[in-house]
Amino acid sequence: MAEMTYRNAVAQAITEEMERDPNVILMGEDVGRFGGAMAATKGIYEKFGAKRVIDTPISEAAIIGAALGAALTGLRPIAEIMFVDFMTCCMDQIANQVAKVRYMLGGQVNVPLVIRTQGGAGKSYAAQHSQNLEVWFAAIPGLRVVMPATPADAKGLLKTAIRSNDPVMVIENKVLYGEKGEVPDSNEYLVPIGKATVVRPGKNVTVVSYSRQLFESLKAAEICVSAGIDCEVIDLKTISPLDMNTILKSLEKTGRLVIVEEGHKSFGVGAEISAEIMEKGFDLLEAPVARVASLDTPIPFSPVLEKATIPNSDKIASAIKKLFTAA
Amino acid sequence: MNITVQQHEQMLQQMLRVRHFEENLYQMYLAKQVPGMSPHLSVGQEAVAVGVCTALDEKDYVLTTHRGHGHVLAKGANMNRMLAEILGKETGYCHGRGGSMHIADVSLNIIGANGIVGGGLPIAVGAALSSVYLNKNAVTVCFFGDAASNIGTFHESLNMAAIWKLPVVWVCENNQYGLSTSIKDMLAGNSIAGRGIAYGMPGYTIDGNDVLGVYEMAIKAVEYARSGKGPSIIEAKTYRWYGHGASDNRSYRTRDEENEWKAKCPIIKYADYLAKEGIVSKTQFDSMEKKTQEEVQAAIKFSNESPLPSPDTVCNYIFSETL
Repeated sequence: MAEMTYRNAVAQAITEEMERDPNVILMGEDVGRFGGAMAATKGIYEKFGAKRVIDTPISEAAIIGAALGAALTGLRPIAEIMFVDFMTCCMDQIANQVAKVRYMLGGQVNVPLVIRTQGGAGKSYAAQHSQNLEVWFAAIPGLRVVMPATPADAKGLLKTAIRSNDPVMVIENKVLYGEKGEVPDSNEYLVPIGKATVVRPGKNVTVVSYSRQLFESLKAAEICVSAGIDCEVIDLKTISPLDMNTILKSLEKTGRLVIVEEGHKSFGVGAEISAEIMEKGFDLLEAPVARVASLDTPIPFSPVLEKATIPNSDKIASAIKKLFTAA
Repeated sequence: MNITVQQHEQMLQQMLRVRHFEENLYQMYLAKQVPGMSPHLSVGQEAVAVGVCTALDEKDYVLTTHRGHGHVLAKGANMNRMLAEILGKETGYCHGRGGSMHIADVSLNIIGANGIVGGGLPIAVGAALSSVYLNKNAVTVCFFGDAASNIGTFHESLNMAAIWKLPVVWVCENNQYGLSTSIKDMLAGNSIAGRGIAYGMPGYTIDGNDVLGVYEMAIKAVEYARSGKGPSIIEAKTYRWYGHGASDNRSYRTRDEENEWKAKCPIIKYADYLAKEGIVSKTQFDSMEKKTQEEVQAAIKFSNESPLPSPDTVCNYIFSETL
């Protein structure tokens, strides 16, 4: 174990996997000499050189398409898109090509491709650099979507994604890059895709979250202690496919569920989990499912407006407490 | 250019295979035997597919389009499995998951057939990149239509291939129309090859109905790519005899215009040349046509007799690994 930042954990995962497999390459805007716009690929170019760490033009569609073409013909590319907001520029390549090519060709190909990006609000980057768009990708069959919250998961999920023979979108969080945590040293530290984890055991209510809002949820759980509410907090880690088993098992114990996400409330992760609960866990519910999410507005610039838009621990704590005060 | 008698025969045979495959497919579509949208036929454009693919090695990559039957056949695909795919059968190349627009045989290094205009161009960049990285010495040919030169991926991909000097041959089949719109009304600058030249690569505009001219051009561009000099673009001017799809009534153009192009039929033009030069006689041509018709009829029989995919298998092939 070593304490390191989330961004260094990302760099360590990429470095280890590039050392392990000579066919792993890294490509994207400013990922090489500059070390990445979020400094998450620092030192990788110096170690592996321009052949394996490829600075690209600002051509998002061609970055993803080229990575796909390379993945279809023997390489294992990691393609970085600087902000998840820029996925709009390569959505065809992701939605119509990457996600579908294996199926359309009847299994003739594998797609060992990782798309790395970062999202999230909280830094006053305004409407085109702050979004949480995971549900766009989760809605596409053929893609897996992971969102690490801790440095350990930033390493372990990314390593698993790089070794996967199927396309995985790894959405990191811009606010978390500087956060520190214990990260296992092992080259074989792999966090499974599709598995959620109970990060805070509790007995009264299940709070499901992921990425940065996991930490707001954990703070909310502490706020609720004084109200006599013992929260069980689950880190989803993978958005698609959802690990409903872990959520249902927790709900059996608590009977109450709050879903916290930083994306917009409408058509969100919370909506999907709620629907799953209606189908698979309705009888477990002692109260209606609650959702805490961003308002259905573009993310505003002014810090005071942004704060009003996105969830935080106080908003989450209120939503939790409300489940115990309603008639 | 030295072309053996056998090579001439092969090219002519391949052009006939494309022509008869699609003419029969058109009849099957009219007889309502083909599910889905009307197939996109390349009748009239056979010289481009055959001229280019004849210049390739098996290891070379090909990316094709929604109008791709000719490219796939010319690269060596099996007609039975192609037609079975178009009919949605289990024995098709994609086990019925793809249909007419997504036929590819990856074992022949045809790595994609795209229903999105311009969708294949960036993928070609990646195939070329990996060929260089892995020292395969393979060239990647990316076919696309005239209308694809107006989509962003065309520009992103040509630029990327050029800055990295990748072994790509961009082959634009300029068949004059993007569905109903004439390229004359849609193309600023009047030259698709010229757009490639603007990205610093050699660009050539050629007669796409002259198979020998296409072949000669392709040999040059493929050699240029294989020797590490980088990409080039070939704009082959041709014409699709049918509409965008087989159901299109072609109200946007005149029958006179169509007849002018039909008079420039690439197959008749080539067969006449070969007869005149004493390379392939009229009798030989007739027997080649007969052989091709037999192959198509066998494919129709094979496809009709093939089983449909089982609905129980509908979720197969989404991912290679279960979690």
